[in-house]
Amino acid sequence: MSVFIIITLIVLVFVIIYQIGKASEYAVVLRGEEKVKTQTNRTIAFLLLVMFVLGVWGIWECNEMFKDRMLPVAACKTGENYDLMFKYTIIVTGIVFFLTQGILFWFCFKFQATGKRTAFYFAHNNKLELIWTTIPAIAMAILVAIGLRNWFEVTSVAPANATVVEVVGKQFNWMIRYPGADNQLGKRDFHKINDANNILGLDWSDPHNMDDIISQSGELHVVVDKPVKLLIGSRDVIHDVGLPHFRMKMDAVPGITTTLWFTPTITTAKMKELTHNPDFVYEIACDQLCGKGHYSMRGTIIVETQAEYDAWLLMQPSYYSQNNPSAAPAAMPAAPKTDSVKAITKK
Amino acid sequence: MNNAEIIIDGPNLAHGHEAGDHHGHEHHEQHFIWKYIFCQDHKIIGKQFLITGIIWAIIGALMSVFFRLQLGFPDTTFPIMEKFLGEWAKGGKLSPEFYYALVTMHGTILVFFVLTAGLSGTFANLLIPLQVGARDMASPFMNMLSYWFFFLASVLMMISLFVETGPASGGWTTYPPLSALKEASMGSGVGMDLWLLSMATFVISALLGGLNYITTILNMRTKGMTMTRMPLTVWALFFTAVLGVLSFPVLFSGFVLLIFDRNFGTSFYLSEIFIGGKALPHIGGSAILYQHLFWFLGHPEVYIIMLPGMGMASEILATHSRKPIFGYFAMIISLVGITVLAFVVWAHHMFVTGMSPFLGSIFVLLTLLIAVPSAVKVFNWLTTIWRGNIRFNPAMLFALGFVSLFISGGLTGIFLGNSALDIHLHDTYFVVAHFHIVMGVSAFFGMFAGIYHWFPKMFGRFMNNSLGYIHFFITFAGAYLIFWPMHYEGIAGMPRRYYDYSAWESFKHFQGVNAFISIVAMIVFFTQLLFVLNFFVSIFRGRKMTTLNPWGSTTLEWTTPINPGHGNWIGEIPEVHRWPYDYKDDGHGNDFIPQTMPLRPGEESH
Repeated sequence: MSVFIIITLIVLVFVIIYQIGKASEYAVVLRGEEKVKTQTNRTIAFLLLVMFVLGVWGIWECNEMFKDRMLPVAACKTGENYDLMFKYTIIVTGIVFFLTQGILFWFCFKFQATGKRTAFYFAHNNKLELIWTTIPAIAMAILVAIGLRNWFEVTSVAPANATVVEVVGKQFNWMIRYPGADNQLGKRDFHKINDANNILGLDWSDPHNMDDIISQSGELHVVVDKPVKLLIGSRDVIHDVGLPHFRMKMDAVPGITTTLWFTPTITTAKMKELTHNPDFVYEIACDQLCGKGHYSMRGTIIVETQAEYDAWLLMQPSYYSQNNPSAAPAAMPAAPKTDSVKAITKK
Repeated sequence: MNNAEIIIDGPNLAHGHEAGDHHGHEHHEQHFIWKYIFCQDHKIIGKQFLITGIIWAIIGALMSVFFRLQLGFPDTTFPIMEKFLGEWAKGGKLSPEFYYALVTMHGTILVFFVLTAGLSGTFANLLIPLQVGARDMASPFMNMLSYWFFFLASVLMMISLFVETGPASGGWTTYPPLSALKEASMGSGVGMDLWLLSMATFVISALLGGLNYITTILNMRTKGMTMTRMPLTVWALFFTAVLGVLSFPVLFSGFVLLIFDRNFGTSFYLSEIFIGGKALPHIGGSAILYQHLFWFLGHPEVYIIMLPGMGMASEILATHSRKPIFGYFAMIISLVGITVLAFVVWAHHMFVTGMSPFLGSIFVLLTLLIAVPSAVKVFNWLTTIWRGNIRFNPAMLFALGFVSLFISGGLTGIFLGNSALDIHLHDTYFVVAHFHIVMGVSAFFGMFAGIYHWFPKMFGRFMNNSLGYIHFFITFAGAYLIFWPMHYEGIAGMPRRYYDYSAWESFKHFQGVNAFISIVAMIVFFTQLLFVLNFFVSIFRGRKMTTLNPWGSTTLEWTTPINPGHGNWIGEIPEVHRWPYDYKDDGHGNDFIPQTMPLRPGEESH
């Protein structure tokens, strides 16, 4: 019933608006076309100007409204450069935006047809055209220069002391593998994958795999002020590791390993204070449509101090020992856990 | 006279008309089927494209209303949706699968069926022969085929909406492996096969049309119509066709390989995949290869959508400002620049796929280079209206709106084209806002401007002005109200193509904004229905056109009769003597000189 009422209402509104349109058309004929045209022209020109003023006010309001909803400060070094560059680009484009839109609406108002004016025949002017070819070209050159400097910085080779962590996507969660005591990730082969006890297809003939730790909760632990390098892969379709707080992202493509690295500068605990949000958490968002659960493919990053990280790592059993309870002690080197942490922390 | 008769006879010969006996009577005796359905008259074909495009636009926009309901009100149910969508919206809430199917179809329909076929299909067909002074396209039959292939593509796409596993749901870009593997998503079943077939058919349509447009422009211009006397609409439609002819085949090859991967066990795009509980045998393919092939069309496609709007805006701004377009040659050169650059910037859609950073830097450079010809166009449009005598009719308003939106959307492109900024903004709402403004709404504004402006030429009647004004102001304000806030969401990292944000600490506080956007989107949708109503009622009931040249335009289409028959001109095709923007005093109190007017003694041509 309510559906019927809504549809009737919509149809009614339509009919009314349409009748207004129709009536005004007759009015034009009755009152003399030329006179109405001049009047309408004046009204429309005024409305355009009003629209521009309202638009500028709207932009201001929008800014105010969003101010406290934006991301907090960038949580890594390259992110800070990012924010700076973003600011420059906003300034350049902002000037052009207000200038050109202002001119557009002002010209509309100023040069409306009144019946008395005649248009000024002005077909071309080489000097003007040269000016507004050159200025954008220079502006673009500057933005490209800043951009490429940052781009090469972000995509540069990770420092040698970076912690290496593997992040693998599948429909619809992230799996994270830490290298364990030997500080080396073992080989994996997609043929060996099974969801019961080898979710990443670790090759057990490779001894480097024995101490590898896999987190299936999508929780990535990293140490503050220490570079971390992500080796990114996918088990099935293309995903994307999106790190909004670190201002970067990288696709996870099956069959290809991609990488990105960054140095987190603010711990999760610190960020909770900065944002006054006790629930704050760094999130990993899948940014490449990967199927029906795309929107729920969420990971988190815990940025912590070295001590906290060590303590956490200490608690993590190797994936091998988790899935082969009986075989584990035999296959593992003696006293692996404590040493493995030390081995990493020493670096 | 004879010339016209020969062309008019085309389809009729087989149906009992004896050539030569029926001077001028053919139109009356033509059967409905040959006059309106399997018609070879470019004007009718243009209208066929337009009306099919309008139907698709309503469907595509309605889809966006459905998924905006989900985005705006994720916790509410809308039983009315179940009536429309049945199982897909059980209890009045969209299922995630169907949400993604709607998003995918919305993109496909709007980009290809509405803004490619519906836009350049309509106006290239209508305007090219009329504005260059030809009786029809180079090959009217091929032109007809172009429409019917589009129709076939439409039918296939329509069928895909009703298959049990749903239509394609991997995004309009349909990246494999998601789109290649049936196990990966429901929409990757039969729906995806139909999508690929439909799109392959669509490519054929686009090529048949494009080749015809190019040939017509190059070979069939009337006497005196040199290339540099062509209106900018024709120039723009020419480059649109060039872009399409050179890039659609690459998309086609990409689709063929995807069809092979899906059905015949090849591994062009697939490698090392474990899905549905088993490891697939594919090894050695590259999922990124598809993206290269796709975006090699995908980026020029953006300009296929934009250029017709640019051309029409140029024409309409000049006509209704009563001034020549400023910098006619600069406008052509910038079109050339955009066309050439359009082919070498495709990888800026792929900055975060792990491609070589060096290669990325080249694409940054080339991408930002496009800003230069685009800026030239904007400044030239602004100078065109400067000291003009502006008449604000709906066509002019939409052309002005086009410029405003093109500026707004173009400027955000500078962010996305710079890889160092894209690395954060990629696949967020910033992208959604950017391309909806610059190639969605802005191209639509170009299209609306064209429809209001050439409606009298198409149907011999005017559209209702007051409804046009209402249409413009609500749509213009609505476009900014919908897409402006999305920029902020994108800067805050909010990913696109999410069904629900409520589980995300970083994005859930945008719920109020999303609801606001959804409400405005619905208002704008209903305003478009008002336009559709105005369009169809005006065809039959609109105010009749009484003069040949209602806008005081210089170009050739306004020298044809009010309802031109097949062949366009009765008698000789007029000869052209001057450039198309001679908006100046003709010495008899008019503020324009038609292209057909010989140069006065001592007058220089442009």
